Amino acid sequence: MIVKLAWKNLWFKPLNTVLSIVLLASSIAIITVLILLQKQFEEKFSSNIDGVDLVLGAQGSPMQLILSSVYHIDNPTGNISYDSAKVWIKHPFVEKAIPLAFGDNYRGFKIVGTNSDYLDKYKAKIVKGKLFNKNFEIVVGNEVAKKLNLKIGDKFFGSHGDSSEGEVHDQYSYKISGIASSTGSVLDNLILCNIPSVWQMHNAHGQEAENPAHGEGGHVHEEHEHIHTDACNNEHQQNRQEADLTLEEPNMEITAVLLKFRNKMGIVTWPRIIAQNTKMQAASPAIEVNRIFSLFGVGLKALEYLAYAIMLISGISIFIALYNRLKERKYEFALMRINGASRIQLLLLVVIESLFLALVGFLFGTIFGRIAISFISSSAQDDFKIAFTPLEIVWNKEGILLLVTIFVGIMAAFIPAIKAYKLNISKTLANA
Amino acid sequence: MLETKNLSFFYNKDTQFSFPELKCNSSETLLITGNSGKGKTTLLHLLAGLLRPKKGEIILENTDISSLSERELDQFRGKNIGLILQQSHFIASLSVLENVVLASWLATGKKAVQKAEKLLEELDLVNQKHKLPSQLSIGQQQRVSIARALINQPKLLLADEPTSSLDDENAMVVANLLEKLAKEYHAALVIVTHDKRLKDKFSNQLNLN
Repeated sequence: MIVKLAWKNLWFKPLNTVLSIVLLASSIAIITVLILLQKQFEEKFSSNIDGVDLVLGAQGSPMQLILSSVYHIDNPTGNISYDSAKVWIKHPFVEKAIPLAFGDNYRGFKIVGTNSDYLDKYKAKIVKGKLFNKNFEIVVGNEVAKKLNLKIGDKFFGSHGDSSEGEVHDQYSYKISGIASSTGSVLDNLILCNIPSVWQMHNAHGQEAENPAHGEGGHVHEEHEHIHTDACNNEHQQNRQEADLTLEEPNMEITAVLLKFRNKMGIVTWPRIIAQNTKMQAASPAIEVNRIFSLFGVGLKALEYLAYAIMLISGISIFIALYNRLKERKYEFALMRINGASRIQLLLLVVIESLFLALVGFLFGTIFGRIAISFISSSAQDDFKIAFTPLEIVWNKEGILLLVTIFVGIMAAFIPAIKAYKLNISKTLANA
Repeated sequence: MLETKNLSFFYNKDTQFSFPELKCNSSETLLITGNSGKGKTTLLHLLAGLLRPKKGEIILENTDISSLSERELDQFRGKNIGLILQQSHFIASLSVLENVVLASWLATGKKAVQKAEKLLEELDLVNQKHKLPSQLSIGQQQRVSIARALINQPKLLLADEPTSSLDDENAMVVANLLEKLAKEYHAALVIVTHDKRLKDKFSNQLNLN
């Protein structure tokens, strides 16, 4: 009955109640979004570097190398010679080395030259068709197949660089041999082929372009081809008659190698050895990912403080609402005492009203936060190839958030409840 | 039966009251009259257990209410004393019926819905039972507070200026209802008033002047 009365009292002044709930819900929504984003972002980022101890690539920014070769969200730092990379790939310290060669895309989805180890690293299976085993056979990631509605046997031309507006390579077409299972990793948004396919595609341009290049390089090819259209056509015809390239081809280039070590000493010593003795660099994904987290961390912390400030304001708003109502309601309280209510029952009534506000605010906040997550997820998937799920519940952090909310509710009710408890009935009624 | 002995109270040195002994049997009516500042309301609050006397005894059905603890007094008041105030106050968010039922729940822990409906019918308020108290007229509100005071069948019914804000017609309706219901529920009825209309109606009076 006290609970029912508390509920009815809340909705008797709907504007006050709605204001308090809206304030509380928005702060809780922000915090929920932060909790979920941070957890899932770190999980996704960390899961993609599982099994990658070092990344071997061209010199430049180590963070750029990691972002481009592990997460596929930046341009590569350049190319490295496959022959000199082989020295390190075949080193006894190395347990597994996955070579990657970038160059083209199909409608914005990156085409990556690699081998079957890359699929194994993400625990991807071929759900339809089979693995690529000839040049220009490709396996498409699950999301790619879904978004572009691709089927086994479909053929298409790739575009140079990493945007779909790049020059179209129309001398060789790719043929889909298989579709990979969904992994929740970057693999879902990639198109995979063997490395010789990438070489052969770009070798076809002529002598000067024997290797795949990143975005800017593509521009040069384009001019070249415009000027020498006839010559190029001749070349194309010649190239078509060439035998397929293999991995044994000398003087070829790749973009990066993902290394997993058998002997963990290598993780510590190789970055220095490689930097001193070769034109390559070896970057540690763990270190770079930590740098990213600490950069994001500052922004997330600031937002978190803001959210708690809003929560404090909503606590004060609940306090003021309850306190003001107390003046109007002291006759109600006196009346309840006359009818046999105890002091404790009045105290409970005020506290329960405040707790109702807190819990309803929490409920709406977590729901709105999750709706926001699903919006963020769809844009993050386009920009960063990362999907967030709104359905996950982070029990420990959200549990703490619930406790904090309840605490705010009780604190806001504290003074009004004590005043209700101490109400002097005789004085209240005598002044009526 | 209500009885007081040697009752006195003071707020401070300047306002001290000592009250004459009073006695009121079940089903009887006692009118307490007196000018302003003579302690009418103080006496009513003492009888209702809202104030504690500095000296003396208030005995209702063999219980000295000044000896009860705070919690016991709350319960005793809820079960045995019905209070009707000069201005009617209600829980604004509850309907008329819910207000009356709440009084039974607070006193006994049970919701006497049927009894509340019967009382409201008796007081000609059936059509108003689902309205909010603020939607009723003053006269109707006063009758709702009578229903609320009677829901627990109290031994003592206290009324503080129950007719002062009513017109002649409504004042008589309320006075007659109080007298009739006090008899029906075997309650001692004590009315504090300076209303001439009531002084003419009830002969058993105690003047504090």
